[in-house]
Amino acid sequence: MTTAASPSRDGPAHPKVLIADDEPNIVVSLEFMMKREGFEVLVARDGVKALDAIRREHPRLVLLDATMPGMSGFDVCEAVRADAAVSGTCIVMLTAKGRETDMARGVGAGADAYVTKPFSTRDLVQKVKEMLARDSAA
Amino acid sequence: MRLKGSGLALAVLAPGFALLLWAVLGAGLLFAALDPATRAGVVDVLGPVAESHGMILVLWWALASAGAGLIARRLYSVHVEAPLRLADAARVLASDAAAPALVAQGGAGLRDLAGTVNALAGQLRAQREDMARHIAEASRAVAFERDQLATLMAELQQAVVVLNLEGRILLYNAGARALFRRLSRSPAAEGPPDLVGPDLIGLGRSIHAVIDRSLIDHARETIERRMAGGDARPAARFVTTTALGHLVQVLLAPVRHGDGAGLSGFVLLLDDITDDYEAHARQDRALLELSEASRASFAAMQAALDMLDYPDLEAADRERFQAVVRDEVAAMSTRLSALAADASQDMTTRWPLQDMLGTELVAAAARRIAAETGCEVATAEVDGDLWLSVDSFALLQALAYLARRLVQASASPGLVLRLAAAGTRAHLDLAFRDPEAGRALAGWQTTPMQSGATPSPLTVRDVVERHGGELWLEHPRGVAEACFRFLLPTAMAAAQPPSPEAPAPGESRPAYFDFDLFAASAGSRDSDERLLGEIAYTVFDTETTGLDPAGGDEILQIGATRIVNGRLLADDCFDQLVDPGRSIPEAGIAVHGIRPQMVRGKPAITKVLPAFHAFAADTVLVGHNVAFDMRFLTLKEKASGVVFDQPVLDTLLLAGLVHPGEASHSLEAIAGRLGVAVSGRHTALGDALVTAEIFLKLIPLLRQRGILTLGQARAAARTSYYARLTY
Repeated sequence: MTTAASPSRDGPAHPKVLIADDEPNIVVSLEFMMKREGFEVLVARDGVKALDAIRREHPRLVLLDATMPGMSGFDVCEAVRADAAVSGTCIVMLTAKGRETDMARGVGAGADAYVTKPFSTRDLVQKVKEMLARDSAA
Repeated sequence: MRLKGSGLALAVLAPGFALLLWAVLGAGLLFAALDPATRAGVVDVLGPVAESHGMILVLWWALASAGAGLIARRLYSVHVEAPLRLADAARVLASDAAAPALVAQGGAGLRDLAGTVNALAGQLRAQREDMARHIAEASRAVAFERDQLATLMAELQQAVVVLNLEGRILLYNAGARALFRRLSRSPAAEGPPDLVGPDLIGLGRSIHAVIDRSLIDHARETIERRMAGGDARPAARFVTTTALGHLVQVLLAPVRHGDGAGLSGFVLLLDDITDDYEAHARQDRALLELSEASRASFAAMQAALDMLDYPDLEAADRERFQAVVRDEVAAMSTRLSALAADASQDMTTRWPLQDMLGTELVAAAARRIAAETGCEVATAEVDGDLWLSVDSFALLQALAYLARRLVQASASPGLVLRLAAAGTRAHLDLAFRDPEAGRALAGWQTTPMQSGATPSPLTVRDVVERHGGELWLEHPRGVAEACFRFLLPTAMAAAQPPSPEAPAPGESRPAYFDFDLFAASAGSRDSDERLLGEIAYTVFDTETTGLDPAGGDEILQIGATRIVNGRLLADDCFDQLVDPGRSIPEAGIAVHGIRPQMVRGKPAITKVLPAFHAFAADTVLVGHNVAFDMRFLTLKEKASGVVFDQPVLDTLLLAGLVHPGEASHSLEAIAGRLGVAVSGRHTALGDALVTAEIFLKLIPLLRQRGILTLGQARAAARTSYYARLTY
């Protein structure tokens, strides 16, 4: 629990993070872990709800799945980057699409990081913290 | 001969007259030289002598005349008649070296001359025979090559079409015919099922009916560019979609002139890759879906496992994460078993297997085993309806190999072949009575098969894997018998490739090639300039409810056939009954024999005419008294949406040109005059075929009258008496 206090030193006490994924099995673990790491966690179960949540709640960072019903993660990413009010949101795409072309599309559409499933949750937490630190410093 | 006779008489009589004249002149001259007194004395002396003995002088003269006549006759025969005869005979020889040799006659010089002429004629004859032999040999060689090519083409599964530069078809094979039947946008595809769609391909037809002209032009440009760049084997490949959504892959290769310079045509190899493409796309999709679903599952599991690593988890949380792992493991198992079930069917398509009736395979196997081992094989329980998808050669080899091993291991193996369906697959069993024999076959699945003296690189296992099947040695409990059981793929009845229709025995091979079309150049296609013998024709006839189209009579039947390059393509036919949408008068039924129940459910004329229009595309229409039929077609232009605007020729008018003196130009009368056998009269197709044969016989007769081109034929027909009849 010592790490939970660290974000509060250089940012808001509990940075807001949105988890957008339609598979409950992964959301369960991510939500548990992010909360444990001291983040305020929001969950969206499809692309449209994710975009709504981003516009309404202004999370600092989004863990965005690429394949969701309705709006895909790529579409959400493009929409966020096109919307000046939320275009600064950090986006980490977490996706099962592992082809090089998919990766190029994710980065091209504006993802700050593209993480292919499966991944280590520890590495992910590390990456999220680094990105938020860099974001606060900028 | 009369001239010669008078010459002879003149020659024989002339010397007598000459002698008489000579003697009379001599006597006259002597008489005139004497003085009157002496002249009187001579008359006095000779007068009585001439009266009493004058006959002696006359006889003397006659004798001399006869002698001179004989000599003259002989001279005439030798010096006048003999040279004339020789000249005649030599003339005959000059035109026909096979004529009888000259008979030596006349004087020595003339005899010499005859001998020399005979020698010359002999040389000419030898040369001509030599030439004829060469020509015959060359023709035989060409005919042989053509037959080989035709056979090769007929047997090829792949669709092959040869085109000239204009895109007209010179050759196609049964594979192409079957392919184009499938691709055909004929009314049969959407309309009533019994409307036979026109063949999209046929000799002399344009390929552009099936493949977009611009695609072919583009491929041709590619080839020409490559040829210009020095490419030795230029070919272009493209994929096109058809109206019915088929994907057709086309390989287009040039046919070059002998000297390798210019193009003279193209060879097209066509493949319907729809099924292949779909199979591949399906596999790719399955693979992608599997990999993405697996990634997602692994991600959820790993995240859950990471959470389980936290030492201070509440029991409820721990249970939650364990449930995630269990859930994902179950999901992955389900996915994998679904995929395995699907892929196992697809794997069978990798090795080219052919469809074969199970009973045929079993019979062939029994024969082969009996031949190789000398043991009879029983074939008791064989499912007669089962179609297998097999590599029959390899499978027979494997069965024979196993049987041989069994025979070596056991004195009387009691071999039995059985075939039975097993779900979507089939069991092919090679059973044997002696289970001990099975135990002796160590390594039977993976030892290379020995067939006689030649070792085969294949093992039984390889053969099984080719079929995506399985093979095991089964010992049923409680039975003194064991069997090798092959699990083999069955052929779907629907997936059976349409076997190219082979002509029935005795039927002639359908005309699938005509290389003379290579010569057809773009320049000669200017309609009226074309020679009658080189045009593609559609010869047609209709049966109608009556003679008055404007008054409501309708077409009941259309029959047509084609003539290409002076050849009747009797297997390239259009034969269609039409629902007239009205009653059929009894009077007509006696003529055409078409009863109302025969046309019930047949397509209407508005559906049939577009199909007939496609059949007749790019051809000249020919009919007997065709103005009558054309009137029916014209009246339907608006309703059917097709206009028959090609040139039209009428055998009635053309026959009138050839035999202007004849009274009847009915189809039967003309057929009788031209020696055309009439059968199937008063069916549209029967009449069309007779008309076509008549038309073919008319072409050379028209040529004798100086009518060579389509333009000339049309102009001449307009002057014919019958052209003045109108409908």
